[in-house]
Amino acid sequence: MRFVDEYRDAEKARALSAKITSLCEPGRAYKFMEVCGGHTHTIYKHGLEDYLPEAVTLVHGPGCPVCVIPMGRVDDAIHIAEQPDVVMTSFGDMMRVPGGRGSFFDSMAQGAEIRMVYSPLDALKVARQNPDKHVVFMAIGFETTAPSTAMTVLRAEAERIGNFSVFCNHVTIIPAIKAILDSPDLRLDGFIGPGHVSTIIGCRPYEFIARDYGKPLVVAGFEPLDILQSIYMLLVQLAEGRSEVENQYARVVPWAGNLKALTVINEVMELRPYFEWRGLGFISHSALSVREKYAAYDAERIFEIPGGRVADPKACQCGEVLKGVLKPWECKVFGTACTPETPIGTCMVSSEGACAAYYNFGRFSRERVREATR
Amino acid sequence: MTDVEGTAGWAEAAVREHAAEAQKPSREEQVLERIDRARRRKARVKEEHITMAHGSGGKATQSLIEAIFLEAFRNPLLEPLEDGAVLGVGSRRLAFTTDSYVVSPLFFPGGDIGDLAVNGTVNDLSVCGSRPLYLSAGFILEEGFPVDDLRRVTASMARAAAEAGVRIVTGDTKVVQRGKADGCYVNTAGVGLIERPVSLSAAGARPGDAVIVSGPIGEHGVTIMLARGELDIEADLVSDTAPLNGLVSALLDACADVPADARPDARSAVDSDAPWDVPPDARQGAVRCLRDATRGGVATILNEIAHASGVAVVVEEDAIPVRPGVRGACELLGIDPLYVACEGRLVAVVDGSAADTALAALRGHPLGEGAALVGHVKDDPPGLVLLKTGFGGTRIVDLLVGDPLPRIC
Repeated sequence: MRFVDEYRDAEKARALSAKITSLCEPGRAYKFMEVCGGHTHTIYKHGLEDYLPEAVTLVHGPGCPVCVIPMGRVDDAIHIAEQPDVVMTSFGDMMRVPGGRGSFFDSMAQGAEIRMVYSPLDALKVARQNPDKHVVFMAIGFETTAPSTAMTVLRAEAERIGNFSVFCNHVTIIPAIKAILDSPDLRLDGFIGPGHVSTIIGCRPYEFIARDYGKPLVVAGFEPLDILQSIYMLLVQLAEGRSEVENQYARVVPWAGNLKALTVINEVMELRPYFEWRGLGFISHSALSVREKYAAYDAERIFEIPGGRVADPKACQCGEVLKGVLKPWECKVFGTACTPETPIGTCMVSSEGACAAYYNFGRFSRERVREATR
Repeated sequence: MTDVEGTAGWAEAAVREHAAEAQKPSREEQVLERIDRARRRKARVKEEHITMAHGSGGKATQSLIEAIFLEAFRNPLLEPLEDGAVLGVGSRRLAFTTDSYVVSPLFFPGGDIGDLAVNGTVNDLSVCGSRPLYLSAGFILEEGFPVDDLRRVTASMARAAAEAGVRIVTGDTKVVQRGKADGCYVNTAGVGLIERPVSLSAAGARPGDAVIVSGPIGEHGVTIMLARGELDIEADLVSDTAPLNGLVSALLDACADVPADARPDARSAVDSDAPWDVPPDARQGAVRCLRDATRGGVATILNEIAHASGVAVVVEEDAIPVRPGVRGACELLGIDPLYVACEGRLVAVVDGSAADTALAALRGHPLGEGAALVGHVKDDPPGLVLLKTGFGGTRIVDLLVGDPLPRIC
């Protein structure tokens, strides 16, 4: 298949792998964080670690939109969904995320009307088709999905659709990366920068990472060769003693970002003073809410939201996993109490969550498997 | 003690400790073992309500079947949880199965709920090694359902039955109030006669066997997803729904004379002292296991085989036939075609020595033209399905919890 197979070529991968190995200084270990959950998914789905020398370790980062939604917000969303004549609409990823009292799926089983949609515009369509109901869109995601939510609000206003609102949970990536850089637990050698987020914000916002923290960052695409190449680019920077922001994903990511998308976000949304991230706690200026001007489309203003904070289950170590301090299998409950069937933490729910990716794709002993796949 | 002795003693101890350390499984491997033990524990349903995941064919369905249905109805004929039960009647062996159909939309490119309901049951009977003979048809109709649509469904069932050479000999009708059902649901049950001395079972695979699929996968599932019209994706795809009895027949005929070791334990599917059991001198042939890859797709079938047989199944991503339209849609939606339902494809596990014979037999039949050897059975690690990715890496293919959910970005 064109535009896919060329980025999954095993021969090119072998060549890159050899170059990566030759760049590693003997005796030195390299730790790179892939910020984005999409990268984590690709790494496990294609078995990319088979190409990396032992000296290179990939650490999974916080960039999984579903994983960072705190339990309290899930409960708030379910509370809205349970109001009379409300239809909640949500991306599929969100359906199994546990709140303090169950997930969307559980709430559906008890009678709430929750529909899976593929874009906020689909949610608006549901609103048009059901004028006697109020349709709420559960807006989640980083800067990648925020523009489409904002566009949908503008569209709803233009069409004077009065029975539609968004429950805004959009978060921004930079404060999360900064929180990780400032955390004393982790020593990283560089970052594989998020690709999709960067199509919106561009590469400039990462410059402080290279400048102030001295860590190289390479914005990477989502195919396995993209990721291998970014690891190679990071190692070249380290070998040459540089720390810069580079763009491996130039075929999609413009250096300056997408001004149109940023303008739309800015029109409809503003930064919250603070927002709770699952596992990471409260981070200031790290999330977006709907501006007063568009209050008519803001579910938080339309409905009375309980807004309670629900502490993560004690056993759950999602925070450490999201910060890259723990590998998924190092969490106490991984794979035993916390599984994709009965997730305790969000990292086990989304296909982009590090725990789900490891459990579903990477849960095997490389030693034993070597013989079987020979 | 002199210095020299002290140093030598210290070095010796260090070497010994190091060797002991190297033999111990790493921390990661210990965790893997712990998980493996947890997965072998008895299935439980922790939910208080049925969710859509319980109907998806993945892990949640499996838990429901084992913890609720098997628990309530447990008996040796049900226990193997194959596509159908194998029963003894006099000295004859019968296959018996049932399936309900709730597909939405009722009519889709390549078929409708009618031929799906006939073919599905015919296929479940076929993969038990039987010749499908008689079907029942039960209808649950919603008040207001157009009679013309019902005519279309029944005409299509009649056509499918004629094509498969089975007769629909009994039935039932219920009508429920508007809103209590979605138009029309169909249940079919069927019986078939097992005339060959074969015993096919998911527990029959063993190291060295070859794993074959009979054609491109995922077409039915993707066609249905697109036919629902929610995705605004257009692709030239039709459902693969088809009766597989002819194809199974061709395969079993071709493999009947291929020498393969007798597999007494594969017959545990039926009570081994029963008079209808496979006679000990019977030629089992080289086919060990057949499954039609419906809900949960090929990945789910392979997991059932790996689990039931206590073997590893190793498949090559590049060898698995997937049509470009299916692959494209799956790439866009972020789902894996390995988990997408087929309604006219089977997975066959055959003795390694018979792989070519089996492939030739399948390819010689119009429904098996796209058959491909996709992998092999190994002994270790038991219970795992491993995929060698097209990119050159290795990963496991696990059961999904529920329906594959599209990723958001």
